[in-house]
Order: sequence, then structure tokens, then C-alpha cells
Amino acid sequence: MLPPILILHATGTNRDREAAWACELAGGAPEIVHMNQLLAGERRLMDYRMLVLPGGFSYGDDLGAGKLWAVALRHGLGDGLEAFVAAGRPVLGICNGFQALVKAGLLPALRDMEPLSNLSISPSTNQQATLTRNDSGRFECRWVYLQPQAGSPCVFTQGLHEPIYCPVAHGEGKFVARDKATLAAIEAQGLVALRYAREPHAAEAAAAEGVEYPWNPNGSQNDIAGVCNPAGNVFGLMPHPEDHIVPHQHPRAHRGEHGCLGLPLFVNGVRYAAEVG
Amino acid sequence: MIYRVEVSLRPGLPDARGAALLRQAEALGVRGVHSLAVADLYFLAGELDEDALQRLVAELLHDPVVEEALWRPVSAGAEPAAPADAWSVEVTLLPGVTDSVAESLMAGAAMIGVHGLRRAASGRRYTLTGDLSEVDVHRVARGLLANEVIQRYWVNRPARPPFLEDGRDGASGEADGAPWVEVIPLREADDAGLLAISQARRLALDLAEMRAIQAYFRAAAREPTDVELEMLAQTWSEHCVHKTFKAVIEYVGPPPGPVEPTSAHRSPLAAQRIDGLLKTYIRAATEKVAKPWVRSAFVDNAGIVAYDDRFDVAFKVETHNHPSALEPFGGANTGVGGVVRDIIGVSARPIANTDVLFFGPRDLPWEQLPAGVLHPRRIADGVVAGIEDYGNKMGIPTVNGAIFTDPGYTANPLVFCGCVGILPHGSHRTQPQPGDLVVVIGGRTGRDGLRGATFSSMEMDHQTGEIASSAVQIGHPIHEKQVLEAVLQARDEGLYNAITDCGAGGLSSAIGEMAKALGAVVHLERAPLKYTGLRPWEIWLSEAQERMVLAVPPARWPRFQAICAGLDVEATALGEFTGDGRLRIFYGEHLVGDVDVAFLHDGIPQRQLRAEWRPGQWSMVNGQWPMVNGRWSMANGQWPMVNGQWSMANLTEVLVALLGMPETRSKEPVVRQYDHEVQGGTVVKPLVGAGNAGPGDAAVLIPLDVLRRAASGEPSAVKREAVRGIALAVGANPFYTALDPYCMAWAAVDEAVRNVVAVGADPDQVSLLDNFSWGNPNLPDRLGSLVRCVQGCHDAAVAYAAPFISGKDSLNNEYTGADGQKHAIPGTLVISALGIVPDAGRTVTMDLKRAGDWLYIVGLTRGELGGSSWLRRFGAAAVGVPPQPPTDALDLYRRLHRAIRQGLVQACHDCSEGGLAVAAAEMALAGGLGLELRLAAVPRTAEADSDAVVAFCESLGRLLVAVRPSASDAFEALLAGHPVARIGRVRSDNRIVVTGLGGQPVIETDLTAVEKAWRSE
Repeated sequence: MLPPILILHATGTNRDREAAWACELAGGAPEIVHMNQLLAGERRLMDYRMLVLPGGFSYGDDLGAGKLWAVALRHGLGDGLEAFVAAGRPVLGICNGFQALVKAGLLPALRDMEPLSNLSISPSTNQQATLTRNDSGRFECRWVYLQPQAGSPCVFTQGLHEPIYCPVAHGEGKFVARDKATLAAIEAQGLVALRYAREPHAAEAAAAEGVEYPWNPNGSQNDIAGVCNPAGNVFGLMPHPEDHIVPHQHPRAHRGEHGCLGLPLFVNGVRYAAEVG
Repeated sequence: MIYRVEVSLRPGLPDARGAALLRQAEALGVRGVHSLAVADLYFLAGELDEDALQRLVAELLHDPVVEEALWRPVSAGAEPAAPADAWSVEVTLLPGVTDSVAESLMAGAAMIGVHGLRRAASGRRYTLTGDLSEVDVHRVARGLLANEVIQRYWVNRPARPPFLEDGRDGASGEADGAPWVEVIPLREADDAGLLAISQARRLALDLAEMRAIQAYFRAAAREPTDVELEMLAQTWSEHCVHKTFKAVIEYVGPPPGPVEPTSAHRSPLAAQRIDGLLKTYIRAATEKVAKPWVRSAFVDNAGIVAYDDRFDVAFKVETHNHPSALEPFGGANTGVGGVVRDIIGVSARPIANTDVLFFGPRDLPWEQLPAGVLHPRRIADGVVAGIEDYGNKMGIPTVNGAIFTDPGYTANPLVFCGCVGILPHGSHRTQPQPGDLVVVIGGRTGRDGLRGATFSSMEMDHQTGEIASSAVQIGHPIHEKQVLEAVLQARDEGLYNAITDCGAGGLSSAIGEMAKALGAVVHLERAPLKYTGLRPWEIWLSEAQERMVLAVPPARWPRFQAICAGLDVEATALGEFTGDGRLRIFYGEHLVGDVDVAFLHDGIPQRQLRAEWRPGQWSMVNGQWPMVNGRWSMANGQWPMVNGQWSMANLTEVLVALLGMPETRSKEPVVRQYDHEVQGGTVVKPLVGAGNAGPGDAAVLIPLDVLRRAASGEPSAVKREAVRGIALAVGANPFYTALDPYCMAWAAVDEAVRNVVAVGADPDQVSLLDNFSWGNPNLPDRLGSLVRCVQGCHDAAVAYAAPFISGKDSLNNEYTGADGQKHAIPGTLVISALGIVPDAGRTVTMDLKRAGDWLYIVGLTRGELGGSSWLRRFGAAAVGVPPQPPTDALDLYRRLHRAIRQGLVQACHDCSEGGLAVAAAEMALAGGLGLELRLAAVPRTAEADSDAVVAFCESLGRLLVAVRPSASDAFEALLAGHPVARIGRVRSDNRIVVTGLGGQPVIETDLTAVEKAWRSE
């Protein structure tokens, strides 16, 4: 049986169908389910082997990207979601889904971190990082290269070496850890699963240098494009691998370029979902 | 108690929003601002204790990693003083304007279990430092930070939340003394009285129309209610009923066809009686072309054609000009929302948006800005942001468009928004049945957008912004996204018999239209309202956004409600369709309107108009043809100048100058703000080439459903199956209008068709949309130029065998300034083309691919320079012969298409603004490869007799094509009999070298130099 995959539709998400198709091509059995169906008990999260939070503008992103979705996840799904994660089942957040996972404290979810202490108000979330406005100050849609990081526990990037080429489409994608210690811990534990990279042939020429705009499209710290939790089963990224799963989506297909698909991320996730049970 | 929360970035973090605003302030000419910081404001009203406030702030209102929040009660006095060495500007929305942030805040409070929050509002605080006077600060506030049509601002004082005075919660209609439903005494009025009523209520109805209404109510032996009169005005507005395009026109002008380009052979002017432009020309062309794949033209919310045997494609383009002039963001935003609803209104899933924009000059000096008009730069930035916001949030890729600049658009910018959708063939039901419920879904009804249809049918003046603010709105794309999902699910389950969108005229237009054949009963008090206190006519007319009306059989209603509830969509049954031919409107027990639907839809008298067009001064300047035999007679006998030097000889400088023109230069910064990848189906992207930056001729899409079906085939067993694609492009050239609107129309049609053919569409499967924006049609010269344009549309569409499937006109694009001067736009036609690509695996982009490829030009170069980029760039806008209709272009395109299908074409690009030289430079830039061209080899007529004319004239029907040498024989054989020639090759370095008619080099440059100009702002 193909592993059932829940594509979570929050009011305002809009890349649900592409994410579903990517999961289908990767060998899963996706179903697009609205938050309301989970909240009403029409569907049960634990009946699925993998959870995908797709891109879009959940609830309009009016209070900050993914902010209200994060609230809905914590207050609406709360324990169920924690149990799903604790069971080791894979969770993938793309773009708005990534923003929601980070703001809900599910990524990077470093253990033993003090809650934010510099606030005069009581924090009810253990938010350790954020995705804030692009350095350019505007929404940008452009194709980027992502280099899988060896040594990351991320189940979605295991064994991947070839860069992934896919579009970003966001205005708030700059990854910022809440402080230096957090960033250091994220790096030390290998939680950076994908980094923005230069074009492969250009990368060799300038391997030692940092990755500047537009290769790093938003100014993310340490060129971080995607992070996972320490267990490696929760993973989020700003770019859209689901928009490059067949060769003719490549922007230079007419020039004979191909490869660097985003599909392997989904293949890894679905395979892991089938195994973890 | 009311609290104010201020959220700002933590110190030391870069303020991307502030930096962007600072750049814009400089661009608007406000000097002396040193820093500009942005903070978000929230106003919270209700029973909130400290714990509830803390939770709202901690969980909803700020990002603890990068932001910090301060809050305090809003008190009547003792407000804190302004910052010591800085200025503050605080901005809130006006009462009643959609505040989606506040809506989200209310929803979020409920999620976290804070139930004491009664009202909320959002705002912004800007802190400016620098060498600034109070006058400067007001300039920045008005010019950049607030638009007083929808917002208000406070300098060095704290803002007050708009909900304190929106009259919501208990304010009733009687409170201001006016009756709940007004009866308008009409039957006894004389002509002056009728016109006075039309004027006073801003009905925009003329005397004949007012008399028809008077006659109807005399026969009914009663006076009309405000509900009835307002409904008739909206239904009969130019915006809704297109009375100019249906009018009888007495026209004096040359017969349709090109005007002979010498005065000796001038075609005689003749009088002509035209019984409806739409019927006589536009529909006539569609009928003559008689394509079997046209599913629906001109009858529904959008045109529909066959995609394949399972799916149909719908396409619609709308204008939103007047609202965009007053409130660029909201105007363009709701423009996109409106055209997307048109596509939902034919039961289709939107798969692509297009936008074609016309603005005044970005660098217009402030002193030349007409009174009450926003600066073109601000309009352009706001419009782009509005399109971005709606399209991106709905998850619809914005894939094609164009931007034009001319001083004529300063007071009247034009915003054409298009949307394409896909639907399973046979899934769109259009016949309501008696007994079906009248169901409205989506956003709530408020006082927003009253009388938008009549407003957009009037001319503007310097006070329009003050009186028309209720016609301008802000969209809520997330509502529409959910409405879309609900409609498609209901469609697939067969839950409705008819659907239409609530656009101009609101419920009155939508229900009136659906009830056309049956009649209906409507109970206005059932409509969900944003706030109480709306009068019946306001509910009936409100153009509140994101609403659809459906005819739902009672048996399906429970299931329909369940779908909507599951998607957070509000659905309400307002009444039912009857079958008695009357539209009866109740408010509670009171009958407030009762109109015969036949009168509502067919009672409008046909307008009688006069029109005249004469071939103008364009034909001769100083007794000479501008471009003949190298004798330049334009601009008082002077030669074009570049950098103060007479530049006739220096074509390299001309090329560089043309690449920097607004129509030609790179649009990459704009295109990247639009998500053009969402839905994963954009296979020829708006930006193409080695650096993903070349200007593609057309976008090609494969709808996700189709892509998915094709990719899920078993690749081992099945050969690669051709997957169909949809090519989208536009054609427009308003710079030819002043010379000859007939030729302008041909140019637009040809360019649109040529663009889709260039990427691989089948020229025999191209459909067209016609959108006109023109001046006041009651002025014979304006209407005459429109008539001649429409004649050109007809002749061109027939020549290309391409049917019109949908169209729209926006008239009265004129502006009377405080000085009493009229500013009319150049008559503007936008032709949008939708072409079926038989095999999306055989598409072509415009970037050069490989050194050594040969370059061919197809099509004849005829030396017309009128309206060309070249002449305009050097100050001679309205002289010369505009490009003339090409001959035999369709056959040429068919053969080129065969070459593309056979894989013989490496790159293909149309020659439009800037002509052959600019097209070649764009191909080189996109491919990162140089090229060389020989002008002497270009097939041309005797008029094209100088290097400059061959390089820069804009003759129609021409494309530049790159072909492998090994494929050249086959390519040439396919195009035999047409003017086609090999004129150059792709180089391996980055040089661009063009040799002239005499064999001498006339353009010598490289990619670095042309790229700099092309990327200039």
C-alpha cells in the first residue's frame, strides 16, 4: 500500500496541489485535507504517514508570514501534532509551511534552549528562529540552487549530493536565528539541511567565498535555505522543490539543461514514511 | 477600554521596509530625509485584562526573534509628545475601508482563547529624521505614506483608531434624517428635472434613458424607489451595458482599409451608418472566422475555447483604470480580483494572470503634475504591488504583460488585468431553474464600492478623489481563494445550475443578470453585512469584493452549505428564482423594488452618436515624407540628437538609447515581484535565456491537471505523447493611434498573434480578446478614432482567421484639471492572444542558443517609421507613416509554425518596438552571445532605403529566427515564396556587429554596453 500523506490545506495556502503531485510522483498517496476537517475530527492526523505543510499565504499572512497558522497548529492540533512528530513520522514544511513550523517552535526545536528571556512578556512559544523580510524589501520569484549538507540528520536530504534547482517565491524568507548561540547550535548539530549555493560551475570558481545575492535570494544567515529538527524527521525550507519535479519545468530546458530536480526530497520523505510505520 | 500596541524591529536590525521607502522618497524628489523607520500599530478594544493583552501581543502581534512590542491605553488626553529630534507620521485606514489585518487579528484572538476583544484596527507609524520642515513631512506623508482616498495620517500626533467613528453597531439609516427607502418623484418631472435627478444622484443617465424610465413608471402608475432607480442606473451604465459599442453611429471617415500614403491618392471620406460597433465589426469577425473550437464568445463572464477533447480554456481581460488612478494598490488589487471572479464565474480554475499597464513618465517633474493627480511613479509602484498582492496570494502565476509610458497616461493610467482558467468540458452550467435558491457566497456586504459602475463611466476631474472614495476598495484575496475552492468542489459535485460574479453593480447586476429569463424574489435583510445601518439600496448596489452568486437547487443546498463551511466560506440564501419575469426585492416585509426583468435588460434606448476621423497631419511634414530617400523632414528639419550630438550617423548610440526606453528596457525587477511559477505549469517563462532574464515573447503553460495526466503515463510502454500547452501574449502600440487607429489595430493584432506563434502556438488555433480604453465617446473625434480602430480589429482578425472571444471597453478616460484643461489618453487597444500549442515539448524561446547558428529574418521590411521608438526617442512622436497591414502574414506564420514543429528553429523573436536591431540585441542579451547582421540582405521595399530605416523601422509581420546551419535547407524550403533571408549569424564572443547597406559597419558594440542601457531605470 502506498503511504498515505496528508497535505494540510489552511485557508490561504495555495501550493497544495503541486505538493500533492510531487508526493504522488514520489510514490505516496496524498490527500489534501483542510485544517477544519482535522479540527472537526473528519480526518485523523495519525492515519497518515507523512504530513506536508504547503506554500501560500495562510490566513493572508496579515500578522506576519505563517504566524496565524503557527497559532492554529499549536492551539488546534497541539498534542496530535506533537505525537505525530514524536512518533518519528516525517513532516515537511515548504515556504509558508516552513514559516509556520518555525513560528510554532517545531523547527529547529533545539532541546534545552532557554525560552526567550529578553522580553517583558511571557513567551508561550519556544520560537528559536524566524523568517523575516527579505533584504531586498520585496517579494521575489527566482530560481535558486540548493546544496544538500552532508552530515545533517534530515531524512529528506539523506544521500543527496547533487544540488537542487527550484524557485523561491516569497517576501519573508530571511532565516534569522534568535541569537548567536542558537545559530551555533543549529550548525553544530547539523540541522542545516540545505544551503543556498551558486550555480554549480560558478561554485567551483568561487568555492571559498560566501554566497551573495541573488544566489542567496533573501539574506538568510549562513545561506540557510532549509533546516530540520535534531531527530531529522521535521524539515522545512523556503524554496519550492515541488515546482521542479519534471524536466520541462527547468527554466533553461530550451537550452538543453536538465537535472537538479526537487523530486528526490519527496522520494526520500515518502520512502522514510513507508519505513517508519 | 482601547489599547494601542506598537511593534518595531529590535534595535540594530536592518529595516528593509524603511530602506525601500527611503529610496522611494528620494525618487519622488523629497530630499533631506536621513532615515525612515517603520513600525506596525494595532488598536484593540474590549474587555482585556493584562494577561489577555500579554497573550495577544506575545502570540499574535509580534515576532519575538526580531521585533519588540510596547502597549498602552489610548487615553483622551495626555498623549506622549512627539519624538524630540524626529518626526512621526501615523497612518490608519479610513472608517469602513477593508482592514484584513484586523480581521486576522480577531480570528487569531479567538484561536488563542482571548474572547474579550471586541474591535481591532491596524496602522503604521513612520519615524523620519533629517533636515525636514513640517511642509516636507506632509509632502512625504501625502506623496508616499498615506493615500487620503482610503487612509488618514497624523504628524507628530498619535493616530486614532478608525472604528471609533465608523458608525457601526447601532447607527441606523433614520439617524441622519433620510428615510430608509426613498421614493423619487419622477413621473411629473420635465426634461430639466429628469437631468437634475440623474445629476444629483450621480446616475450617469442621459435624457433619453431618463425618459424611458419615466415612461416605465408612468405606465406602472407609481414613482420609483431608490432601490429601483439605482439598479437601473447601474444596469444601464456604460460599464455594464456598453452602450457606446451598441449605439447607432453616424460616421464620417475613409472606408475601412489603409489610407493611401500620399495626399494625391487620399481615400475619399464617406458617411457611414454603423448599427453597433460590437455587432458590425467585432462579432462579425468572429462569425466570419467561424472556428469550431470556440465554445462561448461574448455571452458569458469570459470567452471559452476548446483546449483538448476533455478541457476548455476561459480567458477574460478587464480594465480597472479609474480606481487605479485614485488608489493604485487597491485599484489594481481589486482589478485582479474582479477578473479572477469572471473566470470563477465560468466555473473554471484560474491558471494564469496577465497585466498590461500604461503610465505617465516615471521622471515627470512635479511642477508638471496636474492638480489632484498622483505621481506616475507612485501609481506605477502601487499598481504593481496591488497586482502582486492579489495574484500571489491567490496562487495564480502572473506570466505575461507589458508596460507603456506616455505623458497622456499621467492623469489616466490604464490597468488591464487578465485571467485564464481551465475547466472540464461541459462542467459549466448556465441555466437557473425556477425554485433554485439565490445564494451569495464569500465576503460580506458593506458600504464599500457604491456606484462603482457609474463612477467608472464618468470623466474624472481634480475633485474626483474626494467624492469617489467609496468607489475605491481594498481586496481580500484569501476570501476569494476559498470561494474558488468551494465553487470548484460544488461544480464537480453538480450542486448549482448557474453562477456569476458580483462585480460592478453588486447584487443588483449579478442577480438581475441571472434572473434575466426567469425573475426572482430577493430578501435583502438576509444578506450578511459587515456592519449594520445599510439602507436597502446600499445592500443591493454595494460592490463589496469577493462575492459570487449561484443558483442552487433546494435539494443540493445542505451539501453546498457543508462544503462552504468546511472552507471557511460564508453562504447565504437570499431568495429564489421564480419564473414570473419580475425582479421583486424585499427588505423584511416591505417590497422595496419590483421591476420587469425585460425592461431592466432591454428597456435601454439605443444611443445615437456622431463620429468623424480624418487622416491627419501625419501624412506630411514640411511637404515631405519623413523617411523617404533619407530626407528627414521631421522636427523642423532637424536631425535626431543623442547627448547633444547629431546622431544620424551613429546607429550604435541609437541602439543603446532605444534599449533604455521604457517599453524596451528590462522588466525583470517587476516580473520577479509576481510569482510566475506557482501551479508548476509555466514551461515557457516570462523571463528566458542563459541568465533567466530575457524578455520572452509569450508564456506557455501546461495546466497542472494536464501535466499530471501526461507525466503519470507509463514511460516505458508509451512513446512521448505530445502535451498541449497554452500560449499567452499581448499586442499593443498606442503610439500609432494618433497616426492611424486602423493601422494601430492591425499592429496590435499582428503583434499578439506573432508573439504566440513565436513560441510555438498553432496560428490556426489563436483566439483574441479586444480591450479598448478611450476618451469621451460623445466627442465625435474621440469616437471617430475608436470606429476606425474597431474597423482595423475586424479586418485584422479576419485576415488572421483569429476570432474575438471576449472584450471590454473603458471609455471616458479623460481628465479635466483644476485649470479647466482636458487631458485625454491616447486611444489604447490591448489585444490579448491565447494560442494552443500542439506540443509543449516543441516550444521555442527567444535567446540565442549556440555560436554559429544562422539568423534569418522572415517578413518584409517596408520602411514605415511613424510612431516608432526611434522617432519618439528623438522627439518626433506624431509624424510619419505608421506600420501598414502586412500581406500574407497568416501563411507565413503557418509555415514558420511547421518549422518549429519540425524542430528546425533554435530561437525566435518578434520585431516590434525598436525594430530589427532591438530584437537582435535582445536575443543576444538573453543568450549571452554576440551576433552579426547584414542589413543589405534584409528583404525590403524601396522605402526602406537607409541603414537607419532598415535597422529601426517597425514593419509588422516580421520575426528574427536562429537556425542551425544543418537545418537551413529544410527551413528555407518551408518558407519558400515568402520574404525570408539569411542575414547573419551568432558569434562566439559578445560583440554585436551590424553592417549597413553599403557593407560598412554601422553598429559596433558588445553585450556589456547594451546590457547597461537595457537594465537602466
